[in-house]
Amino acid sequence: MREVTTGETVRISLELNGKTVSGNATSRMLLTDFLRSELGQTGTHVGCEHGVCGCCTVRIDGVAARSCLMLAVQADGRRVDTVEGLAASKDALNALQRAFRKHHALQCGFCTAGILMSFSDFLSRNPNPDEDEVREVLGGHICRCTGYDGLMKAIMEAAADMRGKTPSHAGAT
Amino acid sequence: MKPAPFTYIRPDTLDEAVTALAQHGADARVLAGGQSLMAMLNLRLVEPKALIDISRLGELRSIRLDGDMIEVGAAVTQAEFLAWPQLKEKAPFIARALPWVGHFQTRNRGTVCGSIAHADPSSELPLSLALLEGEVVLRSKSGTRRLKASEFQTGMLQTARRDDEMVIAVRFPAGVGLKGAAFREVARRHGDFAIVSVGAVSAEKGAVRVGVGGVAEKPACISIGASMSTPDITDRIERLAWELGGHDDIHASARYRRDLVRRMVPTLIGEVRACAK
Repeated sequence: MREVTTGETVRISLELNGKTVSGNATSRMLLTDFLRSELGQTGTHVGCEHGVCGCCTVRIDGVAARSCLMLAVQADGRRVDTVEGLAASKDALNALQRAFRKHHALQCGFCTAGILMSFSDFLSRNPNPDEDEVREVLGGHICRCTGYDGLMKAIMEAAADMRGKTPSHAGAT
Repeated sequence: MKPAPFTYIRPDTLDEAVTALAQHGADARVLAGGQSLMAMLNLRLVEPKALIDISRLGELRSIRLDGDMIEVGAAVTQAEFLAWPQLKEKAPFIARALPWVGHFQTRNRGTVCGSIAHADPSSELPLSLALLEGEVVLRSKSGTRRLKASEFQTGMLQTARRDDEMVIAVRFPAGVGLKGAAFREVARRHGDFAIVSVGAVSAEKGAVRVGVGGVAEKPACISIGASMSTPDITDRIERLAWELGGHDDIHASARYRRDLVRRMVPTLIGEVRACAK
C-alpha cells in the first residue's frame, strides 16, 4: 500500500516521452502542475482545471486523458507522453503537426498541445475516421481562435497522410 | 483551483481498500477514474481528508459474464467497456448510450462504476442501469451486498451506499434490448451534460420499457404495454412529464425539459416497436 500524507513530499518517477524522469510532489499536486512546475515541461497547458477545455490533455500509457484530472502521485511509474515528444527534432514535425501548420489549425496555440495529444492517440486507434468521428473527439477540446474548420481539415489530411505510410506520430512510443 | 490537502492512499488489494475505507469512513472518497471526483476536488466542492485510489486494483479490472449478468469491475473504464467485443450482442442498449458519456478523452479514464456511484441525474450510465434493471455490488469490511439500481440511487448525487462501503462492480442483465434498443439525448453539444436523455428497450410480451434522465433527481422508468392505444400512451407520457417535474437552470427551463419528454419518448417507443416486429 502506498500512502502519502497531507503535506508530505514524495519522489515521483515516470517515463516522460521515453525518458525516465523524477520530481517531488505532494499528495494533492495535479499532474499538470507536476509536468510544468516540477519537470519544466510547459508544453502542456492549464486551462479550466476541471476537465472541460482539453488543453492539458496528455497520453497516459498511450491513452489520451486530462492531466488536470489526475494526481502526480497517480502517474508514478506510468508512461506519460506530452506534446514535447511528438516531433523527432525541431525541424522534423510529425504528420499531424505538419498538417496543423499547413491548414492554420492554430492561432494562439493555447489549445493546440492538447488537441495534438488527443488525436495522436485517436488516430493510432482509428486510422480511417469519418468527419463525424473526428468532430466528436474534437468536441472534447475548446478552441477560441480557429472556428475548428482548419482543425478538421488538418486532422482529416493527417489521417490520410499517416495511412499512406508508417505512422510517424507516435512520438516516444 | 487546486484540491485542498488530503492523504493519498493507494491500496494493493481490495481488502486493504475496504480496511482503509472502514478506518476513514465519511472522511474518505474513493478515487477510480476521477473524471467527476477530480473536478469536484479542484473546484473544492468536496474536501475529503483521504483519497483511496482503486484505479490500479487488478481485482476490479474485469468485465465478465456471470450467468445472465454482465459484471463490470470498478476499475474498468468507459472506453474499455465500449471496446468489449461482446457489448453489441449482450448489451445493445449500452452500446448505443455509452458513446454519449462525456468525451473520448474522459471515457479513456472515467469508469463505468464511478459514473453510477457519482449518481448525476443527467448521466447516461445511471439511466442505463435503471432502464436495464441492473444491480450495484457494494463491499465493506463486514461483507458484500447487492442493491437494485432503483434502491441504489436515491436522489441527485445521492445513493444508498454507506460510508464504509465502496462500489466494487455493477451488473447489467445480458440480452436486454436485443429486439430493439434506442437512446437519444439533447445537450448543447455532444459530451455535455444532458438536458434530457431518453432510453427505450424491448421488454417481455411486446412491451417497451422507457427511461428518462436529466429531468428529475434520478432516472425514472415506465413500461408501455403492447396493447396500449396511442391516446393512452400520450396520456401516460404526459403524466410522466409532470411527475418528473424538472427544474430551471442555465441550460433549459423545466417547461422545455417536459416538452422534450413529450417529443422524444413517443419517437423512441416507435423505434423500438419497429425493431421488434
